[in-house]
Amino acid sequence: MKGRKDIAWKGVRKQRIDQWGHIKPIENDFLLNPLLLDIRGSGIERKEYYMADEIKKRKTPLLDELEEGPWPSFVTDLKKMAEKKPKANDLLGQLELSYKEKKGHWKHGGLVGVAGYGGGVIGRYSDSSELFPNVKAFHTCRVNQTSGWFYTTEALRELCDIWDKHGSGLTNVHGSTGDFVFLGADTDALEPCFSDLTKAGWDLGGSGSDMRTPSCCNGPARCEFACYDTLDMTYDITMTYQDELHRPAFVYKWKFKMAGCPNDCVASIARSDLAVIGTWRDNIRIDQSAVKEYLDKGLNITSDVIMKCPKQCISLDRNELRINNEDCVKCMHCLNVMPKALRPGKDKGATILIGGKAPIMEGALLSSVLVPFMKIEKPYTEFKDLIERIWEFWDEHGVSRERIGECIQRVGMGNFVEAIGLEPLPEMVSSPRDNPYIFYEEYLEEGEEEEE
Amino acid sequence: MSEHIEVGNKKIDVDEDGFIQKWEDWSKDIADYLAKTEGVNEMSKEHWVVVNYLREYYTQYKIAPMIRLLLKETGKRLGQEKAVSNKYLYELFPSGPAKGACKIAGLPKPTGCV
Repeated sequence: MKGRKDIAWKGVRKQRIDQWGHIKPIENDFLLNPLLLDIRGSGIERKEYYMADEIKKRKTPLLDELEEGPWPSFVTDLKKMAEKKPKANDLLGQLELSYKEKKGHWKHGGLVGVAGYGGGVIGRYSDSSELFPNVKAFHTCRVNQTSGWFYTTEALRELCDIWDKHGSGLTNVHGSTGDFVFLGADTDALEPCFSDLTKAGWDLGGSGSDMRTPSCCNGPARCEFACYDTLDMTYDITMTYQDELHRPAFVYKWKFKMAGCPNDCVASIARSDLAVIGTWRDNIRIDQSAVKEYLDKGLNITSDVIMKCPKQCISLDRNELRINNEDCVKCMHCLNVMPKALRPGKDKGATILIGGKAPIMEGALLSSVLVPFMKIEKPYTEFKDLIERIWEFWDEHGVSRERIGECIQRVGMGNFVEAIGLEPLPEMVSSPRDNPYIFYEEYLEEGEEEEE
Repeated sequence: MSEHIEVGNKKIDVDEDGFIQKWEDWSKDIADYLAKTEGVNEMSKEHWVVVNYLREYYTQYKIAPMIRLLLKETGKRLGQEKAVSNKYLYELFPSGPAKGACKIAGLPKPTGCV
């Protein structure tokens, strides 16, 4: 047995040149090793190869490929963690097997949680736990992140210490919903972990058919373009809707994202059901002396700013920049190129957009305008009233697993807007009607006689 | 690699989350047993209202009802005019309607999304 293994590990030596011209010897190249070529059919070899308990370090030729190149690699992180955490070591093994067999080895679904909460923990079970006993259960915990992802180093250490104690030590910072994600816990570890988190003042985020953890951009904390306090609003919404966050009762998931300006650094338009994007309704503020400075420093305003304006509403008149604000579509290009000279107007607020989603049940959708301009001020009453009317409608008319965007497509924007009590506006039209066969209904008031 | 629980003298197959695998296996004793694993010490009248409704609904539609419907119907059966709150359901079943109540009622594991 030992002899056979030796042959297997020795493999055929060959050399390869990587993209920087370095010669790299490759040991145990999987494809060149006849003993390991077909592991799918032969249970014994597969087991020998992957049940590497006696071998401290797993052989992961395919995953090693992911470490090539100048970018940081999660494989490197996994290997580092694998030295001290058996869970991470087995995860490496299972992932290598997945690449080998071109097949995921997580079972579908899993339902675990902590008492009092319906969300925040996602169940994961391995279908190959006989090979990788330490990842038999590998649950995910979502921890509600801070607004704008600002942490002190103490806070980060605290989170990592809690996770080192209860889980695999592996984290995903941050997941695409925004949460600080803990990866890989046993079922028994969930309650103690949750209790340590809450003792330290943290809480779980959302999962399943609930309000997912709201997230936002850096906002006014770091950015001069922010048109409202994204950080405060996100915190306020999170605290107001704790019940919706922790106890799933919606027909499907609901995501909020707050972006401070139309640059939309959190990609709220694509990644949230309800996007709050900061904007202004007066004129872009221009500092003509700063414009002159840009000119003196050699910025070609005509080609880099004026020609790139999608609405062609900027002109340069004897070194004075003029903007026809009525035509401006808030693309942010000129502000981004000349941040010292141009600033958003003073009358700030946000545009509310609805319906964005990734393709899971149906195709992807981008959000479209629901409210062209809303003042965003504490305590956000106007916003919350609107949200609650939308939720009520969605609860009543949404079918199971239907995002709000799909629901609006099904019932029609006109019906939706009427049901939530908004006046229809031209801004709500996301694209002009392309069907030439338009049937205009005649609406007659009661008592009115048909004339012709 | 099947897991099982033992209630009385019967061995019953469950999945890794403790959901019973066969609808026919369910009995009141098993419900009592599963209740204890879900933090429900004693199945009260209110617990049974929820569990019985879940079973009736599943028998008819082969699917678990949506939470909203469950809240409404529970309220109605408890003789209230309004639907019960979601929070109330979590007070009855600490692990929630999907994990707790459905498991005790012997329904298949709801396929939640992440």
